[in-house]
Amino acid sequence: MSFFKIGAFSFGGGYAMLPLIEEEVIHVHSWITTSEYIDILAIAEMTPGPIAINSATFLGYKVAGVLGSTVSTLGVVLPSFIVMSMIFHFVFKFKNSPYVDWIFMGIRPVVLGLIAAAAISVGRTTFVDIPSVLIAVLLFYIVAFKKFNPILAIVVAGALGIVFY
Amino acid sequence: MLFDLFLTFFKIGAFTFGGGYAMLPIIQKEIVEKKGLISEEEFMDAIALAQASPGPVAVNTSVYVGYRILGFKGALSATLGAVLPSFIIILLIAAYFIQFRDNLIVEKVFSGIRPAIVALILAAVYKMWIKTKRTYLKLFVAIGTIFIIIFIGISPVWVVIAGAVISVIYHRFIIKADEG
Repeated sequence: MSFFKIGAFSFGGGYAMLPLIEEEVIHVHSWITTSEYIDILAIAEMTPGPIAINSATFLGYKVAGVLGSTVSTLGVVLPSFIVMSMIFHFVFKFKNSPYVDWIFMGIRPVVLGLIAAAAISVGRTTFVDIPSVLIAVLLFYIVAFKKFNPILAIVVAGALGIVFY
Repeated sequence: MLFDLFLTFFKIGAFTFGGGYAMLPIIQKEIVEKKGLISEEEFMDAIALAQASPGPVAVNTSVYVGYRILGFKGALSATLGAVLPSFIIILLIAAYFIQFRDNLIVEKVFSGIRPAIVALILAAVYKMWIKTKRTYLKLFVAIGTIFIIIFIGISPVWVVIAGAVISVIYHRFIIKADEG
């Protein structure tokens, strides 16, 4: 239930969810301590998948084992699923309306800006030395201009990490 | 087809390091470029709606794209596919490898992956920009959005809503007025 509430109110992606999670599981329910929470976040960032899902699964496991993680993950995913389903049906119903067209025309360039802004704010803490800049420039070039597959690019980046660090 | 969609999103989920945005370049490659299941514009619409709705962007995008391709079943299998790899990996780590994050090799691999994620996301933005009808107005809006988010720190939800409202007003009243 807690995670359903968290999922329902975290606008703007997984990171927006973290303060809410902290409040609920540490302060309201005292399921874990703050330092356990920080460990969980570190692992959630280092494993594939959305941070919110990862931390929910992990927290659920700590609190109530496999059943706990199933419940908390479902709790995070369900609100998304329900809201997005409604939005999809709504958009689909009015897809021939010029208003829907106009709305999308207005938000497409905003989306480009939003994604770029997300990358930039991550980048501010990521580019700490020369190898990290080199890796980023190389990968941008091969993915944007040479049609290199992003999944392979991540594997290459991991290998470069071992070489450089 | 349904299972194919599940597998595709499973692959996407398994390689999304560093949060939901990292998923976007992979969805773009697999769903838009390789399989041509949705257009670049529809992909942008999906991201916009995912941004403006509660919940993780990656999950929201999977639900919407799944719906768009195969309806309710599609949404269900895309979401399951996207979430399951995280779920399985975290369960394994929580149960057996709590020391995972202190591993030196893991640390090195992530030092390489972190800057790569930034590059991949920017590459995805670049590819979307190349495929839209490029105008100075759109460029202005995109760059303006970057500044608003980074320097003023307004929530993305409001920027998306503002973009939609301004566009409707612009098309409904200003362009109409020109024609009349």
